[in-house]
Amino acid sequence: MDLSLSEPELDLVAICRDFAQREIAVRAAAAWEEARCPTDLLRQMGELGLLGILVPEEWGGIGMSTVGFVAAMEEIGRADQSVAAAWQAHVTIGSLPLCLFGDDAQRERWLRPLAEGRALGAFGLTEPEAGSDARGIRTTAKRRDGGWLINGRKAFISNAGTDMSFGVTLLARVDPLEEEEPRFASFVVEKDTPGFTMGPKLRGIGWRGLDTRELYFDDVWVPHDHLVGDPGMGLSQFLRTLEVGRISIAALSLSLTQAVLDLAIDYARQRVQFGKPISKFQAVQFKLADIATELEAARWLTYRAAYLRDAGRPFRKEAAMAKLKASRVATWAASEAVQIHGGVGYMLETPVARFYCDSKVLEIGEGTNEIQHLVIARTLGC
Amino acid sequence: MAMNVVVCVKQIPDPAAPSSLDPGTKTLNRSGKLILDDSDSYGVEMALQLAGNVEGSEVTLVSMAPGGEVSGLRTALAMGAARAILVSDDSLAGSDALSTAKVLAAAIRRAEPDLVIAATESTDGYTGTLPVQVAELLGLPSVTFAKSVATDGRNLKVERQTEAGYDEVECPLPAVVTVTAGVVEPRYPSFKGIMAAKSKPVETLTVSDLGLDASQVGWAGARQEITDVSEAEARSAGEVVVDEGDGAERIVAFLEQVKVV
Repeated sequence: MDLSLSEPELDLVAICRDFAQREIAVRAAAAWEEARCPTDLLRQMGELGLLGILVPEEWGGIGMSTVGFVAAMEEIGRADQSVAAAWQAHVTIGSLPLCLFGDDAQRERWLRPLAEGRALGAFGLTEPEAGSDARGIRTTAKRRDGGWLINGRKAFISNAGTDMSFGVTLLARVDPLEEEEPRFASFVVEKDTPGFTMGPKLRGIGWRGLDTRELYFDDVWVPHDHLVGDPGMGLSQFLRTLEVGRISIAALSLSLTQAVLDLAIDYARQRVQFGKPISKFQAVQFKLADIATELEAARWLTYRAAYLRDAGRPFRKEAAMAKLKASRVATWAASEAVQIHGGVGYMLETPVARFYCDSKVLEIGEGTNEIQHLVIARTLGC
Repeated sequence: MAMNVVVCVKQIPDPAAPSSLDPGTKTLNRSGKLILDDSDSYGVEMALQLAGNVEGSEVTLVSMAPGGEVSGLRTALAMGAARAILVSDDSLAGSDALSTAKVLAAAIRRAEPDLVIAATESTDGYTGTLPVQVAELLGLPSVTFAKSVATDGRNLKVERQTEAGYDEVECPLPAVVTVTAGVVEPRYPSFKGIMAAKSKPVETLTVSDLGLDASQVGWAGARQEITDVSEAEARSAGEVVVDEGDGAERIVAFLEQVKVV
């Protein structure tokens, strides 16, 4: 079994490591305080080719493998989880619906600027009353005057409200609310479209640099060519194609775990109590050994899911398992790493405290872990 | 007017990795992988920006390195340079700055440059003499320590860094100019750039290809010999001052002593 990266994947990792350490990590502390989406860094990442990482070259991307994306995420996420979160939302759910279901005119118009890093992509699925129950969305799109009239509200939408955002691709039901088996479709709504407004940037426990908002659609009319894909395609089929987002959150979790492990090891070797570095005490050693072991377990679940996607094989179960395992490991490891740091680790001046705050959302976003359990259980025949 | 811009780039041992001296020759051990000297990335960026302003302009890299080393050149090619000329020859080991200048001048001449850009000095050798030697050998004017470079394709306009400020200097092309770190902000090579760099042409030449004689270069041609090296003074531990209510005055006294205030 060959688990080594290819030459282009290694080149990509080197780019990401260099950029992440020289440009992103050094700003992480200030970015936390600023609590603003660092679009200047995202634009620079666009110039490197990173914003089109999963998009074919034909549409302005670099056509990287999923495995390469995971490896790149390990580097970016270690430097700053907010930047990594904005990046992954852009490259997965922000770009893939256009890439996979858009026609060529739509790809040229909206996907290419995203892939070339000139704009930031967002996807609107979640609503105040529809989170895990995606089928419960109430945003509607009705045929009107040769186009579609959209009404509704979206919650926790990332990347739609920055100075680099082009708008949002949103999911809406195209049949009336009373229809029992409604059809769904996605639409592009560009910013500044009349009736499209948004709330203020929400403040999370972590991911402080991620721009997350509520979006409001009041009689928003878009022409028919803003409809992306076929409303006849089932909702689950549509959402399944976005399952790479689970691999992406798993990779983000790996990066966080690696970061807190590195910080905890550094600290444990420096911190002297009872006359010796605390890394010499078994209580600390065992914690570090456990984190390192669990990280490796999560890592190979994630890379295997990525490999299966690249090989064109089913990866639904593996992606759910990777996301479930890696996010659990991340929140647990962050807590243990703070514990090793003691009081210092509780203070937001230390990177480990910030990673701790960033960790919880990994168990919630891109399908809660409860949903991952359901997905896995179904594949077991339940 | 399209320009052919040549950039002298040095490939050096990674400054972040532990380095060693050859005990026999007292010169830097260059046997491992070499990387692009960071100080040359400014010259490469400057060249790319000047060439990018004029349709049809191109940037050619010129380097001398042992063992056919191209790792550093690939980095500069990934930034956007079109091609590279590498001079690599066993007889070049031991070359002093002047011998190196002769080799580079001969290689640069083949590229028929309108403008030659170099860093003010390398990060491993620090002689800072090579660019002006190259200019002299090529019979070209040289302008050093540029903090800003502009050209209309016929003349060069340079802001030359001085201790007090800067001089405005103009000279006709072709010319040699050395640029300081900070003249421009070097770009990061993009993924597409790195992929493209793998297939860009690198012409590898020997000393005889350049019409030079092995006796003029390397140990044989060196007029400079390193007779002795000594350890740099270890950084001292510093002085710990315990604040006994007079901390502020002690700090001020120290700053006055080192003439900072």
